Amino acid sequence: MAREEQRAGITLLSPTLILVLVMVILPILWTLVLAFQRVRILNIRNVGLFGPYTIANFDNVFSPSFFTSLGTTLAYSIFGTAGAILLGLIAALALRRPFKGRTLIRASMLIPYVAPIVAVTFTWSTMLDPQFGLINHWGKRLLGWEESIPFLSERAREVSFLGLEFEIPTALITVILFEVWRSFPFAFLFLTARINAIPDSLEEAARVDGATPIQRFFHIILPQLLPTIAMLSVLRFIWTFNSFDDIYLLTGGGAGTEVVAVTVFNFLTARGDIGAASAQALVLALILGLMVGIYIKFFGKKEEVS
Amino acid sequence: MAVPVETRRPASPSRPPEGSRWTRDVIETKVFGVLRWVVIIGLVLVTLFPFYYMFILSIRPLDSLLRDPGSLVIPFAELNWSAYQSIMTPQEDGGQGFLRFMGNSAMVALGTVLISLIVAIPGAYAISRLNFFGRRQVSAIFLAVYLFPSILLAIPLFTFFTRIGLRGQLVALLIVYVAQVIPVTIYMLRNYFDTIPTSLEEAAALDGCSRLGVLRRISLPLAMPAIISNGLFVFMIAWNEFLFALLFLVNTRPNWTVSLGLSQLAGSIEVPTTVLMAGSVILTLPIIIIFFAAERLLTEGLTAGAEKG
Repeated sequence: MAREEQRAGITLLSPTLILVLVMVILPILWTLVLAFQRVRILNIRNVGLFGPYTIANFDNVFSPSFFTSLGTTLAYSIFGTAGAILLGLIAALALRRPFKGRTLIRASMLIPYVAPIVAVTFTWSTMLDPQFGLINHWGKRLLGWEESIPFLSERAREVSFLGLEFEIPTALITVILFEVWRSFPFAFLFLTARINAIPDSLEEAARVDGATPIQRFFHIILPQLLPTIAMLSVLRFIWTFNSFDDIYLLTGGGAGTEVVAVTVFNFLTARGDIGAASAQALVLALILGLMVGIYIKFFGKKEEVS
Repeated sequence: MAVPVETRRPASPSRPPEGSRWTRDVIETKVFGVLRWVVIIGLVLVTLFPFYYMFILSIRPLDSLLRDPGSLVIPFAELNWSAYQSIMTPQEDGGQGFLRFMGNSAMVALGTVLISLIVAIPGAYAISRLNFFGRRQVSAIFLAVYLFPSILLAIPLFTFFTRIGLRGQLVALLIVYVAQVIPVTIYMLRNYFDTIPTSLEEAAALDGCSRLGVLRRISLPLAMPAIISNGLFVFMIAWNEFLFALLFLVNTRPNWTVSLGLSQLAGSIEVPTTVLMAGSVILTLPIIIIFFAAERLLTEGLTAGAEKG
């Protein structure tokens, strides 16, 4: 019986296994090989699996421009993730108590996440357009801006606040804000599911003991949400770190927003340099794996203790 | 999960002293009562406004947009649906050919749904029900695949399909999409199979039903809600996908998907913004309709197990 079950299990799973093996795992392994070969689109037909190998592709990886785009990727992922989770948490808390129409509002809150990326990036770039964009129009009208702000094509801007001069990266901040808008629904969805599962009696007990809303949040709600927040941080960080579409469609990687995924894409298509693109993608995956590993090692343990 | 109950009393017991109404508790409750509505209204505006803007721009004449970029009312006086006509008309007749792109997108998305379900249903059933060597490892590998950078996967697949000469074909895209959605399909379906009690299947097996018969007659009908929500979810992923469509199809315009078509035309100056906004609406509308039709199924399927923490 056990052997029969074993055979049935493998048989039922085999189409999936073959597909994932051929279309995902073998290609990933092939990238490892490509990263050590001189492969261009032009000589693609002459390349074999075995040799000649070279490490020249990694010259491009350990160059200042790669480290710049790595820094940009980090800033984009960290602020994008933190912003999305924070906004998702605020939304989940605000929509916690039932009211008429809450179901509809909850559902609408998820639309930015499910809508096609090409349509929303196009709408955002039209809204932010310096010539006929809505934001600049009302900014000049109502907020007294002297001239249009090219949100998506300006690298940096001098801003004075409380008498201090700052230089802020305009385009990078804009794409981070877009990322927060786009992905907060994901955090909202999971935090809402978790909040709903907290028994009311817990908070009721605290209320009877005289805990104020803020105290109830920090001592009752937040500790219950921490595992979910930790899970969301890892997932969102990984996805943002790998993301290509959003930045490619908003800025094309210009004005100081070039993340590594866009660099890789440009090496692959514009230069047709498959080897260099593979080398960079590989380093990207390694760095990501390293960071996630460190995170899980340090924070995964802490949770178990508490 | 055991719930850690706070046993010690809060730092500042704020039991209201007799006579004073403005305790910390009362103030906080009042402030948050108001703030809550401010936040809700703000969030609704921020999430929905871009879609409203998309829609009104698609029905305004171009010169009216250039004259008054700040207008936000629906222009009943100059309602103009010509942008939709222009975006849907085939390219030969002076339009942008989106009708064809919609056909391509629908074909790829429906194909992805169909094939991924056919492949994943037996797989998810096996992982959920059958005790065989390596089933835990298989789940872990699938999850790891889902977290890999898709740009890394894009390079070898691009190279492979270029080399075998299939790169410009929709079928190449279809294969890649199926492989991409399989892990999440298996994950969602397996979660659902886990919630179905095995007693029904055992009864059917005792009555002499074969394993495949049990799967087809008992498990499949019971899992229908999950299968439908999963199909819709996969449809949305495939319909929205951009990176692989761009890499594979950019040089073969007849095979463009809606997403790719919109992104390519957005870069050119010849096509008016209002026409492109009509394209955005056409791209977004099917997703919004599916989403609202199946919102309950979708969110429950995704967050299943999440409330356990």
